[in-house]
Amino acid sequence: MRPVIPYVTAALLFGLGAYGVLRRRNAVLVLMSVELMLNAVNLILVTADTTVRAALPHSGQVFALFVIVLAAAEIGVGLAIVLQLYRLRADVSVDEVPLSEPSTTVDADVREAR
Amino acid sequence: MTGADVLLLALGAVAVGSGVLVVTTKHLVRAGLYLVVCLGALAGDYLVLTAELVAWVQVLIYVGAVVVLLLFAVMLTRAPIGASDDLDRPGWPAALIGGGVGLGLTALLVDAYRWTAVELPEAGTAERIGGEIFRSWVLPFEVLSVLLLSALVGAVVLSRPEIGRPAGGSRDTTRPGRTEVGR
Repeated sequence: MRPVIPYVTAALLFGLGAYGVLRRRNAVLVLMSVELMLNAVNLILVTADTTVRAALPHSGQVFALFVIVLAAAEIGVGLAIVLQLYRLRADVSVDEVPLSEPSTTVDADVREAR
Repeated sequence: MTGADVLLLALGAVAVGSGVLVVTTKHLVRAGLYLVVCLGALAGDYLVLTAELVAWVQVLIYVGAVVVLLLFAVMLTRAPIGASDDLDRPGWPAALIGGGVGLGLTALLVDAYRWTAVELPEAGTAERIGGEIFRSWVLPFEVLSVLLLSALVGAVVLSRPEIGRPAGGSRDTTRPGRTEVGR
């Protein structure tokens, strides 16, 4: 088994995820790109588990499982935020989120959107 | 080139190709479906790399749960049929940084491993991984359960309807979606 093949796959996937996070405006698509990056890290961990002889066997795979759990928690909280944002603003564009005076501006925008 | 190499190449090509489609497609729902293909190909990669348990957990949690949640979010926020034109920012910086990160990491890893071959270790079955978790990684495992609980509570708190409303306002805060649509 040539470990360079999955390593390069993971590196390219991570680059794609970084590109997607910076490029996409829709918050759900940004979350999908974050998932791509997390999966690239998982692939690195699993591949490293086969190439590096660690003191504890299968540590890389255990870490990959932990990262999967972290990703599940992240997606749950992230989607709660996205849905709340959609209810307040009727829009999920990440570059139009107001960063100051949340209560007054949101209220005005919601009234305006009606 | 052994059979494992060929499989890894093919699955890697599928994963990267569908990853490209995830970050470039104009259809919101299709992005989620391409993500399924990408994650499935990665699960195949894990199987070839003898990480059996990780592969099945990937299929169960990512393909089964995370993608379904994402598609739910797509349909709850906005589910246009057909292409959307406002999904992207104009972004040379994104291409520059994403390409730089991807190609930089590729160069680094290729330089580190060249075309060397390694023997695959014994398979990471559920028995072995479970023994490893409960022998060496018990504390992180328990901490993760606390983290999942706090994420659950956090998601519930974030989803309450009165967030973002002025305190003590005259608006009906119990069912804001219904009342606003009806007005």
